[in-house]
Amino acid sequence: MRVELKNITKRFGPVIANKGVNLTIEPGEVLGLLGENGAGKSTLMNVLCGLYDPTEGEIFIDDKPVVFDGPGDAIRAGIGMVHQHFMLVPVFSVAENVVLGVEPTGALDHLDLATARAEVERLSEDYGLAVDPDAIIETLPVGVQQRVEIIKVLFRSADVLILDEPTAVLTPQEVDEFFQIVRSLCEAGKAIVFITHKLNEILEISDRISVIRRGEIVGSGDPKELTRPELAEMMVGHPVDFDVARAPYAPREVILDVADLTVLRDHGAVAIDNLSLKVRSGEIVGIAGVQGNGQSALIEALAGLRRVASGRVTFDGTDITHISPRARHRMGIAHVPEDRQRAGLIGNFTVAENMVLDTYYGPPFAKGASIDWGRVHADAARVAEEYDVRTPSVFAAAAHLSGGNQQKLVVARELSRDTRFVIAGQPTRGLDVGSIAFIHAQLMAARDEGDGLLIVSSELDEIMAVSDRILVMFKGRIVAEYAPHIAPLDKGEIGLVMAGAAA
Amino acid sequence: MSVLLDKARLRQTRITGGVLIALGVLIAVFLAPDAPGVATFRLSRPTDVWPVPNLVVPGGAFIYVVSALLAFMGVRLFLKGGARWSALILGIGLAIAVAAFLVWATAGKSFSLTGMLQATLVRAVPIALGGLAGVLSERVAVVNIGIEGMLLAGAFTGALVGSLAGGIAGLAAAVAVGGMFGFILAALVVTYRMDQIIAGVFINLFVLGLTSYISSQVFQEYRALNNAPVFRAIEVPFLSDLPVIGPVFFNQNIFVYGAFILAGLATYYLFHTRLGLRARAVGEHPRAADTLGINVYRTRYINVTMAGMVAGFGGAWFTLGSVGRFDEGMTGGRGFIGLAAMIFGRWHPVGALLAALVFGFADSLQQKLALLRTPIPSEFLAMAPYIATIIVVAGVVGRARAPAADGKPYVKE
Repeated sequence: MRVELKNITKRFGPVIANKGVNLTIEPGEVLGLLGENGAGKSTLMNVLCGLYDPTEGEIFIDDKPVVFDGPGDAIRAGIGMVHQHFMLVPVFSVAENVVLGVEPTGALDHLDLATARAEVERLSEDYGLAVDPDAIIETLPVGVQQRVEIIKVLFRSADVLILDEPTAVLTPQEVDEFFQIVRSLCEAGKAIVFITHKLNEILEISDRISVIRRGEIVGSGDPKELTRPELAEMMVGHPVDFDVARAPYAPREVILDVADLTVLRDHGAVAIDNLSLKVRSGEIVGIAGVQGNGQSALIEALAGLRRVASGRVTFDGTDITHISPRARHRMGIAHVPEDRQRAGLIGNFTVAENMVLDTYYGPPFAKGASIDWGRVHADAARVAEEYDVRTPSVFAAAAHLSGGNQQKLVVARELSRDTRFVIAGQPTRGLDVGSIAFIHAQLMAARDEGDGLLIVSSELDEIMAVSDRILVMFKGRIVAEYAPHIAPLDKGEIGLVMAGAAA
Repeated sequence: MSVLLDKARLRQTRITGGVLIALGVLIAVFLAPDAPGVATFRLSRPTDVWPVPNLVVPGGAFIYVVSALLAFMGVRLFLKGGARWSALILGIGLAIAVAAFLVWATAGKSFSLTGMLQATLVRAVPIALGGLAGVLSERVAVVNIGIEGMLLAGAFTGALVGSLAGGIAGLAAAVAVGGMFGFILAALVVTYRMDQIIAGVFINLFVLGLTSYISSQVFQEYRALNNAPVFRAIEVPFLSDLPVIGPVFFNQNIFVYGAFILAGLATYYLFHTRLGLRARAVGEHPRAADTLGINVYRTRYINVTMAGMVAGFGGAWFTLGSVGRFDEGMTGGRGFIGLAAMIFGRWHPVGALLAALVFGFADSLQQKLALLRTPIPSEFLAMAPYIATIIVVAGVVGRARAPAADGKPYVKE
């Protein structure tokens, strides 16, 4: 089945998300769709899978024009989408999720789960997608959940599979397995649209690449002829420097000493299990690991946001295990939270207000009980300029900034103070290449000034790019340590350890 | 790895053990010396087909045995742990403590146990149907605080239409009006995305105000409008002759049978049909359901309207199923207790029914104890169902899991 998008434009009020997009999807082929977050990839695909109506333009299937009125129509036409955030009901079984919406039934509307199970087994055999039809989704690892999503789409006899950022949640090993699945689907004659902002992956898996920027297709090509820098330039619109400039590794005294730390999750399960680590001044320690292995709890415990069940955290010789976040702040500990929208800033507050969330209470911003707003605004404007936070003014609401600028705002607030230690969780999640480079440079500058840094990221590439030492976390423990200044890093090996090979 | 977790469990077991020991001591000290003579529990009437002899329990001795048992279970839990069974043991402990209390109250007198169990079922009906209405709407993620109002609307409509056009018509009208309020709730929270709690409270206050006004202004004047026929008990042939079980389960009116049948139907609907699977998907992950072409809004409308119809049926019990006339605010919070039964029953129709039976038992216990003239003031006994609610919800709610999207409006992209 051949799908053509002709001159697709999608407007949301005054905002143009897609503009005059032409795209052809051929059977048996992987089309890589590359673009930054917010470039319009997902909008375009939501048009294709019937969630949005295009403002202008037409969709053709095998040269016949089609109009989708809702996702049901697109599914019936053979177009299936695997969303970035899985659309699975966590408490349902695999079989129930697969048949949901197109259930086989008997008399009295009785749900025929036996047929559903058999169908899941047949599909998982045909395409090499091993899953247990009776397993409950929430007990499955994300890699398997993704297979369920693919089976779900295949069960609806889709010929075109749209995969939206499919590798974001996978370990490197799972990515390899996933690519094999994609290839076997192609061999079976399916057309695949692979959406991503990761250059390496798109070069590895695609047969054809189209690059989208600001809602428009800005280039297409053959992955065999394109290079990473060329693609990056097409994607962001200007040349990108991939290497993070850094001074030689010169660690000093231990500034943060975590000893036998145990931290529980909200419902009492163990998140951090007797973990010890040390960070020195002037080094970046990166924590690698698949999401959900206790990294969030570690950050929260170190930032003073989660109670420590046992163990000790020492900062520069002082026991800080149970002191308040503000006391930690005053000692020079900065914290860039994992989720900028939930924990990093207050969306309805202005840029200036967000800039002083940590310092509003004392001089120079507060005099007694009143805040010197003139001073706050002047200072915020200066810091925003310095950290390249692009905002119409310091009076704009933080929620109106793009993700990259929100993150730069958080980083600006945290690093513009006199810091000695920085805890950063997912510092560049969901950001464009330019913002990533800027934030990495800021973190590196803090290191070169003699701060200790602990960075947690589920992107192994990021950890490998910035860290002086890499610790791999698995099930609440540190299971391995790597140091690029001692031995070169082996991404495959670290990936295996992340998946639990060393445990 | 889970040393801390074990510690937390151990502490919980110890607390449970401590509670049982304290209960045993209290019973031994306060109840046992005050229970002279034997307690006689009547199990059947002399006119029954197969009369069963009375259950005669020596008061003091029985209470001492119970308190010893409680102390034994408590000490065992306290010393040996056994966290897995602590909830079950606590349940058994509370049950025998209630039995001891009943023996104490009956000591030297006689008391119809079968009658109390029969009343348990009757009193459980509005709670079970309220709980079932809660299950139906919360399974599609609409929190239904308005059940109390829907019960009241059903009770009022049942009385009014029942007086004018007979019981069947009254019942049908009660179901229809309940469904109407369900539909109104759905419109408010689904289409207009009003806060679900506020919408529910609005329905409660609106129905309470309107029915109170009409009953005090109109019914006072025209008493014929508030004099509906009552559905009599229907004996199931043969089965109703069984001792104890017969009168309790098979000699009841259509509301009792209806509650059981509806709980069964709802279970089949929610867990064994295509539409039920879709409804639950809408309650757990509406966006996923939407991407699969399931109409989230329509599913919510249908289920919340059905919930309203079930509540309307339950409301008719107050008038057509018991006294035949409407009084202001006669539902007395049964809708809210129904919501507690829903939580206690873990959002499952059968669970809600069983939970309602526990509350119904507390309700009928207080009613019967009042007749036995115990030294406890009847006002305190009347609190029993509500205290049972608080204990149950506080003890269980932390462990039960609501539908993931419960209470959240769904906004289509």
